[in-house]
Amino acid sequence: MKLKNPWPIYFKKDVETHYCPGCGHGIVHRLISEAVEELDVGKRTICVNPAGCAVIAYNYLNVDCIESAHGRGTAVATGLKRARPDLFVISYQGDGDLAAIGTAETIHSANRGECFTAVLINNAVYGMTGGQMAPTTLLSQKTTTTPTGRTSGNDGYPLHITDVVATFKGVAYAERVAVNGPAAVQRAKKALKNAFQAQIDGLGYSIIEVLSPCPVNWKMSPIEAWKWIDDVLSKEFPLGVLADRRPKAV
Amino acid sequence: MNKEFMSGNHSFGEAAIRAGCKHYFGYPITPQNELGEYMSEHLPKAGGVFLQSESETAAINMVEGASAVGARVMTSSSSPGISLKQEGISYLAGLELPAVIVNVMRGGPGLGDISAAQGDYFQATRGGGHGDYRTPVYAPASVQEIADLTYKAFDTADKYRTPVMVLSDGLIGQMKEPVVFPKKIEKLPEKEWALRGMGSGPSRLMASFHIDPAVIERHNWKLFRKYQEIEKNETMYETYMTDDADIIAIAYGCTARIAKGAIKRVRKDGIKAGLIRPITLWPFPSQIIKDTASKIKKYIVFEMSTGQMLDDVLLAVEGRIKVQFHGRPGGAIPTPAEFARIIYREYQLESKS
Amino acid sequence: MSKTKNKVVIRTEYCKGCGLCAAVCKKGVLQTSENLNKQGYYYMEPAEGAECTGCMSCTLVCPDLAIEVYSE
Ligand SMILES: Cc1ncc(C[n+]2csc(CCOP(=O)(O)OP(=O)(O)O)c2C)c(N)n1
Ligand code: SF4
Ligand code: SF4
Ligand code: SF4
Repeated sequence: MKLKNPWPIYFKKDVETHYCPGCGHGIVHRLISEAVEELDVGKRTICVNPAGCAVIAYNYLNVDCIESAHGRGTAVATGLKRARPDLFVISYQGDGDLAAIGTAETIHSANRGECFTAVLINNAVYGMTGGQMAPTTLLSQKTTTTPTGRTSGNDGYPLHITDVVATFKGVAYAERVAVNGPAAVQRAKKALKNAFQAQIDGLGYSIIEVLSPCPVNWKMSPIEAWKWIDDVLSKEFPLGVLADRRPKAV
Repeated sequence: MNKEFMSGNHSFGEAAIRAGCKHYFGYPITPQNELGEYMSEHLPKAGGVFLQSESETAAINMVEGASAVGARVMTSSSSPGISLKQEGISYLAGLELPAVIVNVMRGGPGLGDISAAQGDYFQATRGGGHGDYRTPVYAPASVQEIADLTYKAFDTADKYRTPVMVLSDGLIGQMKEPVVFPKKIEKLPEKEWALRGMGSGPSRLMASFHIDPAVIERHNWKLFRKYQEIEKNETMYETYMTDDADIIAIAYGCTARIAKGAIKRVRKDGIKAGLIRPITLWPFPSQIIKDTASKIKKYIVFEMSTGQMLDDVLLAVEGRIKVQFHGRPGGAIPTPAEFARIIYREYQLESKS
Repeated sequence: MSKTKNKVVIRTEYCKGCGLCAAVCKKGVLQTSENLNKQGYYYMEPAEGAECTGCMSCTLVCPDLAIEVYSE
């Protein structure tokens, strides 16, 4: 019998990830490793891993990796790409990382059209530090720092960072996807490949926001977490292409 | 050799380009703007990249990226901006990434003023950012030395895989002097540790984080041994008229120049004063201070601060002789006459006792 | 057309028992084992007699690359 899903070459073999059961990080890691393999850029890929649950993604992704300070992934990616434009660069960031502490770096690298791809894991909380409010936390959502639910009066509103950067002319491709089911995962992979191809073609900045389950901090089972993405999270953050400035194929 | 007449801030830039620096990331702040402006004009011509970042925080992290793929890279700022860079400098130290950081100091704390000052000595020599690390610090006292030490800073950074700081001030940064630049480096050796994509080999990793404290402890001791090597090999200082001195001034950077002027004056009156000028602030030239302590009556430490390098002098002296301090903080600029008065006074006090 | 034979294999030591694979399998092929793996999770195992169609849905959603699907 033949193995139908051979091991992705850019995913390290025989390592147990430290992610919680049902966490979306593992799925996105796998999609990235498959996409760089299919687009044949794995051997020149550098992935930037800032503080967050995925800070040790380098233990799983079998590509060159560099750690960055919390929020500074896109600045590090800018430096990498400016010094070695021939490299393929991914900045893998949480929502707290990309849309709170790293907002300035996000906005300006996108606006300059830096030619790398940001992968934003939107799990509506700070995962690594134990489930505090993130900029993407929904109104009335309970977190460890919004014990009675987020209120607009005190905490403002969920931040739509990808929609913001999608308006910038330097952004070649922006899409919001989810990973809560087989069809969603396939769509997410296609989006990643679109963004990666935009980088390969030198078109500028690309970003894929992934609505990603964090069952532990949402206090749900993995299956409930999937359903919550469909029923609640994606109502605030609708899925779809937010910017596509790639030249139209003729 | 071609002598040029240039400002200190421009000399930082020219020396960096000659040292093979191809990338500069920075954010404007007085009194060092001429450095970024120089780079914006000359770095692209030299085949490099100048990028004005959105903040000093962003700049130092761009430095991390460029350094990780093996480039010689520089950032510069003045005091408040250097504070913003500290987290990034700590990461560079932890990741063992070479880079040159220029601080053209101004008055503080807070926004302070845009005059020359030396209030960032602690920040520069004590690590500045979090964690157990050191940063080699060069303190030029002339435009020529800005050129020489900036050039050297790149070598030190690469040799030890560490961030290196050149600590100057608004006075030397904006002053124009004749300067002869070192030869331009055309080709640098490959850095075999740099990230470059896997190519045909295994994937590489740059990380300072580890869940196991034992791993980080080992990493800290490894860094410590590296710092010991730097202390052994890289300490630099200048002595001026110390051989027959009864009283020795200790000062760095522009303050040392002012002190030299004062010593010339008092020598005319037969006062045997000399100067020790630390050129590296870390590693600090403690040995020469220990060695001279037994031969003289007193040290006078001059700083444009309320006394920071003073701590290092006191540690070196270990209470063996008296140490007098005279400082002008916050951007006030002392004169040779002022320092000369202090030397006369201290000399007379010593003769009486 | 002859029916292709498929087989699903769980890399039990890597499975975290999240149950997502079972939730997407329309054929009810996967079930929770009564045993714990070294990580301390009740891992998945193929149910006896159930027929895998090789649709790959389970492999798409498994966060831990713990599923292998074989076909003839
Ligand atoms: C300067 C700084 N501040 C705070 C932290 C602590 N910290 C680490 S990760 C994190 C938030 C992580 O949330 P997110 O970016 O959303 O990623 P996730 O863990 O949810 O994947 C925080 C606050 C840090 N490492 N550095
Ligand atoms: S805390 Fe949330 S984001 Fe972090 S590993 Fe666990 S499930 Fe994933
Ligand atoms: S491949 Fe399809 S049928 Fe087979 S176990 Fe997986 S989900 Fe079920
Ligand atoms: S999806 Fe993967 S990790 Fe989750 S239960 Fe199934 S095999 Fe185990």
